[in-house]
Amino acid sequence: MIWEMVIGLEVHVQLATKSKIFSGAATRFGAAPNTQACAVDLAMPGTLPVLNEEAVHMAVMFGLAIDAQLSRRTVFDRKNYFYPDLPKGYQISQLDDPIVGRGEVKIELPDGSSKRIGVTRAHLEEDAGKSLHEDFHGMTGIDLNRAGTPLLEIVSEPDIRSAAEAVAYLKQIHSIVTYLGISDGNMAEGSMRCDINISLRPQGASEYGTRAEIKNVNSFRFVEKAIEVEFERQADILEGGGEIVQETRLYDANKNETRSMRSKEVAHDYRYFPEPDLLPVEISEAFIEATRAQLPELPTAKIQRFKERYGLNAYDASVLCAERALADFYEQVVEVSGDAKISANWVMVELLALLNRDGLKLADSKVSADDLGLLVKRILDGTISGKIAKQVFDSMWNGEGTPDAIIEAKGLRQVADTGLIEAMVDETLANNAEQVEKYRATPADKRVKMFGFFVGQVMKASKGKANPQQVNDLLRQKLESE
Amino acid sequence: MHELSLKQLSDGLASGDFSSVELTDHFLGRIERLDPSLNSFISVTPDQARTQAKAADERRSAGDAGPLTGIPIAHKDLFCTDGVRTSCASKMLDNFVPPYDATVVAKMKDAGCVMLGKTNMDEFAMGSSNETSWYGPVKNPWDHERVPGGSSGGAVACVAARLAPGATATDTGGSIRQPAALCGVTGLKPTYGRVSRYGMIAFASSLDQGGPVAGSAQDCAMLLNAMAGFDSRDSTSLDSAVPDYTASLGDSIEGLRIGLPREYFDEALDPVMAETMRAALAELEKLGATLIDVSLPNTHLAVPAYYVIAPAEASANLARFDGARYGHRCKDPANLEDMYMRSRAEGFGNEVKRRIMVGTYALSAGYYDAYYRKAQRVRRVIANDFANVLSTVDVIAGPASPSPAFKLGEKSSDPVTMYLEDIYTIAANLAGLPAMSAPAGMVNNLPVGIQLIGNHLQEARLLNVAHRFQQATDWHQRRPAGIE
Amino acid sequence: MSVSESDIARVAELARIRLDPTEVPELTNRMNNILGMIDQMQSADTGDIQPMANPLDAVQRLRPDAVTEPDQRDAFQALAPASQDGLYLVPKVIE
Repeated sequence: MIWEMVIGLEVHVQLATKSKIFSGAATRFGAAPNTQACAVDLAMPGTLPVLNEEAVHMAVMFGLAIDAQLSRRTVFDRKNYFYPDLPKGYQISQLDDPIVGRGEVKIELPDGSSKRIGVTRAHLEEDAGKSLHEDFHGMTGIDLNRAGTPLLEIVSEPDIRSAAEAVAYLKQIHSIVTYLGISDGNMAEGSMRCDINISLRPQGASEYGTRAEIKNVNSFRFVEKAIEVEFERQADILEGGGEIVQETRLYDANKNETRSMRSKEVAHDYRYFPEPDLLPVEISEAFIEATRAQLPELPTAKIQRFKERYGLNAYDASVLCAERALADFYEQVVEVSGDAKISANWVMVELLALLNRDGLKLADSKVSADDLGLLVKRILDGTISGKIAKQVFDSMWNGEGTPDAIIEAKGLRQVADTGLIEAMVDETLANNAEQVEKYRATPADKRVKMFGFFVGQVMKASKGKANPQQVNDLLRQKLESE
Repeated sequence: MHELSLKQLSDGLASGDFSSVELTDHFLGRIERLDPSLNSFISVTPDQARTQAKAADERRSAGDAGPLTGIPIAHKDLFCTDGVRTSCASKMLDNFVPPYDATVVAKMKDAGCVMLGKTNMDEFAMGSSNETSWYGPVKNPWDHERVPGGSSGGAVACVAARLAPGATATDTGGSIRQPAALCGVTGLKPTYGRVSRYGMIAFASSLDQGGPVAGSAQDCAMLLNAMAGFDSRDSTSLDSAVPDYTASLGDSIEGLRIGLPREYFDEALDPVMAETMRAALAELEKLGATLIDVSLPNTHLAVPAYYVIAPAEASANLARFDGARYGHRCKDPANLEDMYMRSRAEGFGNEVKRRIMVGTYALSAGYYDAYYRKAQRVRRVIANDFANVLSTVDVIAGPASPSPAFKLGEKSSDPVTMYLEDIYTIAANLAGLPAMSAPAGMVNNLPVGIQLIGNHLQEARLLNVAHRFQQATDWHQRRPAGIE
Repeated sequence: MSVSESDIARVAELARIRLDPTEVPELTNRMNNILGMIDQMQSADTGDIQPMANPLDAVQRLRPDAVTEPDQRDAFQALAPASQDGLYLVPKVIE
């Protein structure tokens, strides 16, 4: 039996507001426990929520970015349950009138194809605090700093059919929210969390199977693995004639398996009702249009523009556009150097390699976009060869100065004087008379390696500075002349 | 000094007849002497009161005194008071000392009021007799074997016994108006949103409103001037200018149209009550008002709808009382669930538990539409009825309670009997309308009150009508025996 | 609508209030009285009228995104039944 997986994803994105969604406490990550939990966040008696305008603004930005319907009158609801990280005993969320309605996200797959994934809705809600299960004399420690941080919960249609599609969708969501500046997208810090709803059905079937939910997966890699192992688990059960239990599961990265959270599943009756401490939020046309006017260029549009303006292929464009900061960096390099393709190569290969090696974020790059642009320019104008440029780049990374300064200081200027090169070629051939004879005695189709030897010798003599093209031409001329 | 009205005390302070320190000492002395038999206070704050009184006198010397500067008042024990226990008359919060003031408390402090203490109430404001308090029932100063009404029984009793010239209280289904009527004092529930709910421990969020209790409409107007106003910390707070409620007290009520809903004056109303009300209304006619028959046809649905909505909201509002961060935690909880289950079972009294259960049930899966949503529809129907009637009359009048004060324990066996105490008052909360009660007569030597309901933000009008009534009558000046 | 003792047990569980078995019959009785009173509402024809969540016709005011609350942890945690190292302590959830 060939099984098809049907996946819907719920992504919780922490919005990058300065203060909480319903209180004026700070949201900065990493503060000492409970130092950013004010009376409202602690659910002290008599406290009341007041809505943060930036959270609304950010949600509308997201809705516009995914071409979604936007509510003109959105309402908050109480979702009631008891847990120590939920101080009020209810979470203020949205049920029937979410701020963002139906939209869609276009994803690019590794094989080059693209697909549209539907978004059912996105709504605002408050985050819960954190439970620390390390032992405090058999007790659990509760930190409510995170309680009240605004979340945008983005719910996809069950349109996803593979782990690859799931990851592509998540990366696109990540890209959109970071591009918009509404989230720092830092999954390690919990800025973006994913719940996976997955069911299987025989390929070609139209009815949905029973789904399981895998909660709180916080990296692209884990999402991929979780889907793979869960697919196997469900397929095994179904193959064996069993039934899938609708339940919540957790992905264990150490064991690479999902396990049931069933023991925590007391029947959840959330008893939703409209939040009486908040009034309906009206979102005017003017507000929407003003937000639309201020939207930055979104990933999909930027990728398209890069393909057209810089002649890049889809893959290269999407790598450069994965982060807005990287795309901006690249465009600055092109601006300075005047060339799109070589710049693309340098950014995608050389720059990213060094950033990775040193564990740095782009913002902490040791080489600026302007300087990299200059380096590329010097390759293009023949001042240095591509190979020498890598040396120069390393020196730039070590803080030794601008490209020109380093080229001067180390005398790396490419030798392009034909006379000089010819002299070096003649000298090399004179010093290696035996090899020359051998070369001339070898059949033409077996000469490549030996030719390379001569090229190497000339380059060595010139300390790598001879113009390779000229070296090649002259050598060939002279070696072949008998 | 306690015979003087709040207005007279204010004038007296202004003319230097006495100081706030003297005034405060006087009331503190009365509380010490007379409250043991009434139990109207949960906490008395003599040290703080004296400090505040001294500061008020200094402020007066500096020329910076307002009408309420130096006036001693009491706060209902669900207004959070910084550094002073705020218990909601519950074991759950017996040890709760908030490090913040409710907005109402802060505003009264700014106005220079002196806090004598926190008044007793029905637990978490759920009740109509002040019999559910963890700290014991409050006695009606007119008859110690009778209830003062609730939930603001303590606030009302202490004013009736002249232990304070004024007090803050709250009204969710009649909790200011009904006890005010049963104790012969004046009390007002403002328009929903007129007074900030920040720091006012929530019972039913869409129904709760804070308001003043005092010996007269004039005194209530002075208190309301300080209590009312927009608060950015309360999303349901009205951003609307606060008029001077004392300015229009003396306006003529010639031509005032008073609507009398036939549903309030039907056969169910005790004949003696009906007669007393008619007499009071006749006084208003003498002042130039016209009495007009009107109908509020869905009156009978108000109590059922209220007893779905209020418990539902309360069930969620009281979920935060779980023993985790403050308040009562049971001894030696075995695990988290045990902590929740036992802390809440131990911390809440029976009426509170009942209402939480009703509310939880009404919201639970399968019942939401039939109960909660239905009640919210009924609510709009009732609000529409009022809107219709108030487009043809200026105020609506009727009894504030079905009868005078009943005996302690008389209605405790059947919650529904108790709930029907609020039959006249509940609808105004559902519709968010301002309403007040003022002493209007005596039945069996016990006070009864007349209720006035106005349109949104018509507090000035209501106070004006009550004030004119009080200038022509003296019910509000009667005193219970034994409080000299 | 009437409730059974097992309904009462379920609701008490949802509300996290431990009931003594001896309390249940009376509580069930009283609840049924209350529900009987509430049921009077059912006869009302409310048709399609919009439910009223809040008596105001106002809309939500938005608050500017600014940090306005300072760290008051000590003041608040002084009220806690159990705390350590700045954390609130509660008993563990049973697995």
